[in-house]
Amino acid sequence: MSDTTIYAAKKIITMNPSRPEATHVAVREGRILGAGSLEELETWGAYTLDDRFADKTILPGFVEGHAHTMEGSLWAKTYCGWFDRTDPDGKTWAGVKSIDAVIDRLREAAAALDDPTAPISGWQLDPIYMNNTRVTRHDLDRVSTTRAIGVLHASGHIMNVNTKALELAGLLKTGINNPGIPLGEDGLPTGELKGPEVMTPVGSFVDFERNMLDADEDGLRRFAKLCVRTGTTTITDLASRLDPDTVEMMLRVTGEIDYPARIVPLRFFMGLSPEDLVAEVLRLKDLSTDRLRLGRIKIVADGSIQGFSARLRWPGYHNGAPNGLWYVAPEQLSEIFHRALDAGVQVHTHTNGDQATQLVLEKLAPALQAHPNPDHRFTLQHCQLADAAQFRQAAKLGMCVNLFANHHFYWGDEHYTLTVGPDRATRMNAARTALDAGVPLAIHSDAPVTPLAPLFTAWAAVNRITASGRVQGEEERITVSEALWAITMGAAYTLHMDGEVGSIETGKRADFAILEDDPTTCAPGDLKDISVWGTVQGGRIFAASDL
Amino acid sequence: MTRAIPVTLISGYLGAGKTTLVNQMLRQANGTRIAVLVNEFGELPIDEDLIEARDDDLISIAGGCICCSFGSDLTAALQRMAEVSPPPDHIVIEASGVALPGSIAQTVDLLSFLRLEGICVLVDCLNVKKMLVDDYIGDTIERQLCDADLIILAKPDLISPRALSELEDKLAGQWPSTPRVTAQHGQVPNAVVLGPHAPRSDRTVAPHADALYHSVVVQMDAACDAAALSRRLADPAFGLLRAKGYVRDHCGQMALIQLVGRRVDVTYPPDPGQPGVVCIGLKSRFDAAASRRLITELGAVVPDPL
Repeated sequence: MSDTTIYAAKKIITMNPSRPEATHVAVREGRILGAGSLEELETWGAYTLDDRFADKTILPGFVEGHAHTMEGSLWAKTYCGWFDRTDPDGKTWAGVKSIDAVIDRLREAAAALDDPTAPISGWQLDPIYMNNTRVTRHDLDRVSTTRAIGVLHASGHIMNVNTKALELAGLLKTGINNPGIPLGEDGLPTGELKGPEVMTPVGSFVDFERNMLDADEDGLRRFAKLCVRTGTTTITDLASRLDPDTVEMMLRVTGEIDYPARIVPLRFFMGLSPEDLVAEVLRLKDLSTDRLRLGRIKIVADGSIQGFSARLRWPGYHNGAPNGLWYVAPEQLSEIFHRALDAGVQVHTHTNGDQATQLVLEKLAPALQAHPNPDHRFTLQHCQLADAAQFRQAAKLGMCVNLFANHHFYWGDEHYTLTVGPDRATRMNAARTALDAGVPLAIHSDAPVTPLAPLFTAWAAVNRITASGRVQGEEERITVSEALWAITMGAAYTLHMDGEVGSIETGKRADFAILEDDPTTCAPGDLKDISVWGTVQGGRIFAASDL
Repeated sequence: MTRAIPVTLISGYLGAGKTTLVNQMLRQANGTRIAVLVNEFGELPIDEDLIEARDDDLISIAGGCICCSFGSDLTAALQRMAEVSPPPDHIVIEASGVALPGSIAQTVDLLSFLRLEGICVLVDCLNVKKMLVDDYIGDTIERQLCDADLIILAKPDLISPRALSELEDKLAGQWPSTPRVTAQHGQVPNAVVLGPHAPRSDRTVAPHADALYHSVVVQMDAACDAAALSRRLADPAFGLLRAKGYVRDHCGQMALIQLVGRRVDVTYPPDPGQPGVVCIGLKSRFDAAASRRLITELGAVVPDPL
């Protein structure tokens, strides 16, 4: 039997500019032998022809440059979001459109449990779409008074809990004076907990473990199923604390013979001095395997725009909210840049606000002069409010950006009316400007903040439609081929993996997204609706229907 | 129920002298078991000569003190500290340079086994003027100072007396109800930063720092309104930095009054001590005359000379 398989497809879109389309791709030892016509590929010798994809369109496996494996863990909880969302097993959960519907869904979850005191947790509640209805502990008490119940909002910054949960956490009392814990007329907490500081003490009673940054073992497996369903073959975990137990678990799980994705976890910067951080990441890098790529750093510079914790330049927030929060001191950021450049370690930095972006640009420039490294590819993550001058500067410094294209659809209206106002909302996630300035571009979902689905992300960048149906920032739209590049080669480039994945050409990993339709010929508005058959990852075939 | 462990937050921007202060605190711990939580083990969070042993996330310090890093999970670290046997007498959190101490205080407030004692914010005398107008971090430093119960001016020796007095005026203008002390090389008595519970805590601090402070124990003759009394103690006119001790309230219960700068707190511990409130202030503001005035105005007596 031959060790070469040639797959026939309706069309292969290679992302290889010298040979953009093909009808066949040959795979040997998990890698791509070549893409072209059958006649051309036959010249490699004996082969097995596999025509199971003969009516499919094949693209390079998608690369998601900003997601969190935690999404896999969240699916162990009850989905309470406004939008329909597909779980790892392929079931699409209808969005819940009222508080009553939330209660019903949580009741279903409660009914499935034998232990009347077992906690119930839900996630992705988004009252913004329910006229900002305030959920109270009394609402959740309708689900149960014997179990603790906690529902995390889509923003991740607010949690609603029931009376039992407050009681267990010792918070069912009067006299609490804390801006994160609103009180009812009876002087007791309403059950709304705002901010991680006040969520943490209750979290352990409602099944939200403290270390939400890291996926657990089952979560990591579920996460991979989502990858197969969305055509994703390489994906970041941005970021993880990567303690020894987590690393051991991730190496073991991703090493399982049928694990279908390549995970790239970045080490969260907090908890170590810059010197120790770089040393630790160098140590981790040596543990890397094909399917677990360690050795990069993630810094979080500021907070979120809709949470009013992003750092903005003048004139600040549209509604007059005070400027946001720093999660890293400028000197510390600078020191990490210096040390990482010196050691050849890559750093991705979360900057939502334009002041945070400016800080990164200002700190990286002198660090690069001190430690010249022309191919550093340090990446601005989210970088949502950057203006044209900042993109030009990023290009000059050799930086990449990974813009939060999905954000437009989910919160674009909110940004227009409330957080930053019309002008800046229109230029948010300015993909067109970034490309025109010559900045290597990726676009992302930030799953679980928004669902993992690279084709949806491409759709969002191409159409810039908000949840209310408006086109917001038509000048910043990019073309379909630019968007498809961004979700393959673009994201691979930000990870220094563009020589290995992101296109279908000789020598690269045999990673494919298998699609039912051709994204280059469908209407741009239909990009997000293209069905994904599954993936090929490292030459192994994963059908979504078999998961 | 066991007594809640007191927690003091040490805040201030990078270079403000938090680490120096913490090391001084450990040097004069004198039997008080202090647990220090630092954001990360950076370059020498603890002076080498104080360290007895270290492992990955815990440093053991001479005299029963410990230091541990909390990274991004302060609640977990606090819970771990509270479970140490025997529990520490006092927890000191050295916040990161950009953290807002008010938000850390919220975390502490919600943990029933802890009691927030106060927020000390350090100011780098040499650089604070420039930093307060810095586009990036000026508002962060200002917000830290807004959260302060006590402002500690570090490195006062590095600026001229005139510049120091201008700085004091500026801080007094913006935060009139927040008391200030100066601390050269981190020299502030533990009684001021941590509270007067530490046994003989004032013995090992450098004499010149100790000489700056005056303390007196006052005792109330009659039962009193503990809350009202604690608010009176916080009156800037008395110039107190710290007060701690027991009074008998109107219902006959022993109330614990605590004052840290502008923060006052009245609680009813299950195992109250003897009546008497230790009051500490800067000699320049709280001298013998001021303490007599305090005693007279409160209708108090002095039980023993301190």
